[in-house]
Amino acid sequence: MSHDNDGQRFDRLPATADERTVGGRATREEVVDYFADRFGIPPATFDDYTFWEKGAGKIWVYGGEASTPLEIEAIGMTCLRTRQEHWKPTTDFVQRFGRAATACVIDLAPAEARRFAAGADQEIPRWDGDWGYLIAAHDVAGEREPIGVGLYVHGELRSMVPKGRQRDLES
Amino acid sequence: MEPLERYRPIIDDFEDFLAACQRPLGNAVRVNTIKASVDRALAALEAEGLAYEQADWNPRVLDLETDAPGSTWTSFHGFTHGQEEVSAVPPVVLDPQPGERVWDCCAAPGGKATQLAALMDDRGTVVANDNNLGRISALRFNAERLGATSLAVTNEDARNYSLERFEFDEFDRTLVDAPCSCEGTIRKNPDALDNWSEGHVSSVAGIQKGIIRRAIQATREGGTVVYSTCTFAPEENEAVVQHAVDEEDCRVVDFALELEHAPGLTEWDGRSFDSSLEKAARIYPHHNDTGGFFVAKLEVTA
Repeated sequence: MSHDNDGQRFDRLPATADERTVGGRATREEVVDYFADRFGIPPATFDDYTFWEKGAGKIWVYGGEASTPLEIEAIGMTCLRTRQEHWKPTTDFVQRFGRAATACVIDLAPAEARRFAAGADQEIPRWDGDWGYLIAAHDVAGEREPIGVGLYVHGELRSMVPKGRQRDLES
Repeated sequence: MEPLERYRPIIDDFEDFLAACQRPLGNAVRVNTIKASVDRALAALEAEGLAYEQADWNPRVLDLETDAPGSTWTSFHGFTHGQEEVSAVPPVVLDPQPGERVWDCCAAPGGKATQLAALMDDRGTVVANDNNLGRISALRFNAERLGATSLAVTNEDARNYSLERFEFDEFDRTLVDAPCSCEGTIRKNPDALDNWSEGHVSSVAGIQKGIIRRAIQATREGGTVVYSTCTFAPEENEAVVQHAVDEEDCRVVDFALELEHAPGLTEWDGRSFDSSLEKAARIYPHHNDTGGFFVAKLEVTA
């Protein structure tokens, strides 16, 4: 039995494909595996969290208590876009959980980091890892800090920082 | 400044008070410990060449020397959040603990709600509610930028709030940072007193009474409710708390606050209040060079 997704409410993701009742809905297992396979974020990172879908393919990560389904404005933060060819993590998720990433992280020099935060695309020919969505990071007071999500193709890093989050930073 | 004249009898050093109300405020930010420890946030500010001063009463509150506090890496990363110094007081007085269920019933734009989540190490449940849909988007934006994953956002009138949607039926603690006449924000917003009238004070007090009553009803016995406003009007402060004490099962309790303040009033305009109202705090702009605030702490009784 398969239902359509109701985009107006929050539904908790099924644990695995066996428990899926809504067509096309990602499972918790797939989401956790994606973060582990793509970015090396350990699955245990999410042990205390639940994942939810509201809107078509918009996945939310939440640490509080709630019953499913749920009709409210928001829970936790949006973390991932599914229901498209390539899944895409959000800037806010990457800033919150991206420190745990060990793969597909591109380190930017200060000027590159500023351009990225301002939303600019830039030629960065030195990346020899996988193409696709990467975590862009820079050095903050001696430690690596994720800035947001970039799309890397054909030697170009496109900033995926949403308009409302873009900033012109001075230094 | 004329509406403030009515407070001449109750405020010490009234001329100092008026003078302070005319001075602009600096740029205060709160360190968001969900994203960074205080040490790391300070190191990041130093790396950016930004000077700061930590508040004596709270190492997480900083006065930042910059004209553009939103255009810094620390802000972009959510290490810091622009929030007035006195506005950081009510969540500290509420003192939420990791794992608890906490309600912020008038939460937008989210500075205090995210501060509550941070004080709980982002573990537990913070229900951030606001009745104004337009302000909800600012609340959501701030919650996500600051990385609060324990926060659920609802859009209801707090006066008749239902918990049916959740798996629990009462909160451990509730913050009522009530909509008010905002007299205490005059240093940030010079227009704050433009629409002042006794009629406005009286109508907003009616709403405040409805919200504080629902907050007490929705909080468990032994739980805590903090009532705060950014105004000086006793009609919106002591009188509202007095109404709550009269109508609901609760009592006013003491709290420590290492910020200079005056006690709550036991008398205003020919009306007297319960002596326990002295346990509330009136924070005036000339005391600590901040905005103005009122804070009262209540314990829910049987």
